Amino acid sequence: MLPATFAELETLAPTWCLATEAERWRQRHLSTMAELTAFYDAFFPRLEGAIEYCNEFPLDDLPADVANLLRLIHSLVMVSMAIEIFRQPKTIDASDAVLDRIREPTP
Amino acid sequence: MPRFPKPPEGTWTEHYPELGTEPVAYEDSISPAFHELERDAIFRRAWLNLGRVEQLPKTGSYFTKELAVAKASIIIVRDRDGEVRAFHNICRHRGNKLVWNDFPREETQGVARQFVCKYHGWRYGLDGTLNHVQQESEFFDLDKSCHGLVPVHCDVWAGFIFVNLAREPKQSLREFLGPMITALEGYPFDRMTERFGYRTEVHANWKLFMDAFAEFYHAPILHAKQSRERYAAAGQKLGFEAPYYSIDGPHRLVSTSGVRNWEMGDDAVKPSEVLTRGGLFGPWDKPDLGEMPRGVNPGRCKPWGLDSFQLFPNFAILIWSQGWYLTYHYWPTSYNAHIFEGNVYFLPARTARERIAHEMTAATFKEFALQDGNTLEATQISLETRAVDRFHLNDQEILLRHLHKVVGDWVDDYRLAKGAVA
Repeated sequence: MLPATFAELETLAPTWCLATEAERWRQRHLSTMAELTAFYDAFFPRLEGAIEYCNEFPLDDLPADVANLLRLIHSLVMVSMAIEIFRQPKTIDASDAVLDRIREPTP
Repeated sequence: MPRFPKPPEGTWTEHYPELGTEPVAYEDSISPAFHELERDAIFRRAWLNLGRVEQLPKTGSYFTKELAVAKASIIIVRDRDGEVRAFHNICRHRGNKLVWNDFPREETQGVARQFVCKYHGWRYGLDGTLNHVQQESEFFDLDKSCHGLVPVHCDVWAGFIFVNLAREPKQSLREFLGPMITALEGYPFDRMTERFGYRTEVHANWKLFMDAFAEFYHAPILHAKQSRERYAAAGQKLGFEAPYYSIDGPHRLVSTSGVRNWEMGDDAVKPSEVLTRGGLFGPWDKPDLGEMPRGVNPGRCKPWGLDSFQLFPNFAILIWSQGWYLTYHYWPTSYNAHIFEGNVYFLPARTARERIAHEMTAATFKEFALQDGNTLEATQISLETRAVDRFHLNDQEILLRHLHKVVGDWVDDYRLAKGAVA
């Protein structure tokens, strides 16, 4: 699913290459902290390189594997708050509050 | 000692003496009877923003808006002359809702050459004209020319589409907006077409959520656990002060001084923000938007973080120094519930790097808004106990005082006018 340079992340791709925020939000809340940490720890060291890699392609015409890599980056953005700040999947001090993203740019 | 100079009167609140400094009651947020008055006094008389012209890119583009608070459903459409028009969403024949998909209470959008009623096939042009009546000869004295869609007053300012449900609005849209808001003309709203839209139902009065976003006194406390420890501790020690407030008619503004995350030590910034170069305050790399209109940062704060313009009754525009903007809408559905809509707008990303910084900004906005939303139901429930009926507001909460006063004034005006007629 991913460019060959990022082959070691392939096992994460089916779970975390998600096109919409709604899917990424759901996946974050379905995951245990151990699963979120495993994703974060595996991908964070390659994040800078992944951003650079995606940046080489025109945003409106990303090859499928690069689009997947961008989705993986968006998923890292999604879990970063849980790992770096909350130390839990759910937003801290947010109780049962809900805020749905109902539209977003593509990709 | 205040960190920022206050007006000569000593406080922002006393600078606007009509606001008073006494404790305020929140009966206007817990009374079903008061809310019934608000519906007519405010939501059927004020100019209401329903969206932006970019939502209507071509001839025949339309969207519908359900305004439960005003018991109205509105069609907004771009007609053949390029004009934006608004109509009540009701067929002139027997009152069926004209434009809807599977569920009559859900909003919809699309592009149409004409509007056709699903019930008996009456057809209306984009300018509202009744063009076709099925089996017209079966009717009695039906003059098609007087049975077009019922128009709603509609006007556009800076690309924002407003409607007014009054039979005759008391003020034009420009008069209603006043000098503080119209001084934003020239801000490149039209170029910021990359949009992240959010929506939720909140179990609290609409004004309570407006209050939550009208003061930043809560920020170092409520949002303490959104930041790394060092940053959070510094915020709690200092508290929050805004450098500038302004009130113009029914509208209000608070500006904040800037926080430059990227200038703080690594232990105050999240590692993922450093790599994605985005966060709560926006993308770290600011786009060049050219010269700003004079209405932006009117207090000439330096450093400057954002302007939060709150347009009466239920619309806010937040302009951030990092070159992006946010809008909020609060649509009441009852005295103790409303629909909240938030939209995050950027210049369209040209590169993946820009897109990722936008994603981090939008994702962070959501985390903060969830915390803001969480306190509201709790506030609503406890206000409704009426165990306490007077509440102290500090000088950093001046805009709350103003919102509730203006709401009260509009309701009083309406009662007086009705009394005079009756």
